[in-house]
Amino acid sequence: MCNQTVGLIAAEIERQGIPTVAIQLLRSVAEAVKPPRALWVPFAHGYPLHKPGEPELQKAVMRAALKMAENEKLEAGALLDYIPE
Amino acid sequence: MHGEEPCYTLGMATTSELKLSVRLFLKAYRWRTNSPIPWTPLKKPLSDCRVAVVSSAGFVPIGSKKFDEEIRGGDSSFRIVPSNTLPTDLADSHRSESFDHTAMEADPDLAFPLTRIRELCEEGFLGEVAPRHLSYMGSITATGPLIRDSAPAGAAQLVLDEVDLVLLVPV
Repeated sequence: MCNQTVGLIAAEIERQGIPTVAIQLLRSVAEAVKPPRALWVPFAHGYPLHKPGEPELQKAVMRAALKMAENEKLEAGALLDYIPE
Repeated sequence: MHGEEPCYTLGMATTSELKLSVRLFLKAYRWRTNSPIPWTPLKKPLSDCRVAVVSSAGFVPIGSKKFDEEIRGGDSSFRIVPSNTLPTDLADSHRSESFDHTAMEADPDLAFPLTRIRELCEEGFLGEVAPRHLSYMGSITATGPLIRDSAPAGAAQLVLDEVDLVLLVPV
C-alpha cells in the first residue's frame, strides 16, 4: 500500500509542477500504479534506503534516484532498477 | 560490505512475506493507476535544486497528532516536518504489521532521510533543503480522500515553498 500511496502523491506533485522521483519496493505495484519517475530497489519492506545506520549506502540509493530527474532520456512512467554496488 | 551483519531483514520485498489475510486482500485489490501519467521536467541542475522529502513511513514529529489507525481505508492526512527536525524527534505511528519496523525506528533516516538530504546538500550534490517536508502513513487502501484532498493539499505546500524536486520514500 505504501508503494501505491507514494506513487499517487508523486503524480499529484507533478501535476502541480514539481518533478518527483519515487522509491519503490514492489516492482509489480510500480508497474500497476505508474509513478512519473520511479526507482525500484531490491530491499525488504521497511528498508527503502537499504540498511539502517549506513549513511553512505542510503545516499547511494538517493543519488541514483535523484539523478533520474536529470536524465533527459526518460519519459513519463520511467521505472529503473537499482543495483547496489 | 561490512564484516558483521546486523539481524535485520534482508533480501527484496515480496508479497509472499506478508500474512495470508493481507495476501488474499492484495489478490483482489485493484491498484489505482495514474492515467495519464503527469510529467514535469527538472528545470535546473541537481546542485541548484531545493529538495523536499515525502515519506509514507507514518512518522510524526513528537508532540504532533499520531495517525489514526481506526479510520477505515486508512488515514490519508499528512504531517508537516520542518527541515530542522532531528531523527530523534520523529515517532513511528505507522499501523501496518506487514513490515519490520525495527530498522526505521533505530534509524529514521532509512525511511525519512532528512539528515541524508542535508548531507547531499553539504556535499554539493543538491542545492538546498526545503523548509518543510511531508509525512503520510502509507497503508491507505481507499485512495479517494488521498487523491481528492490530502495529496493536492500536501503538494500545494511544496509549491508554496518553491521546491524544485521531491524524493518520495515508501516503507
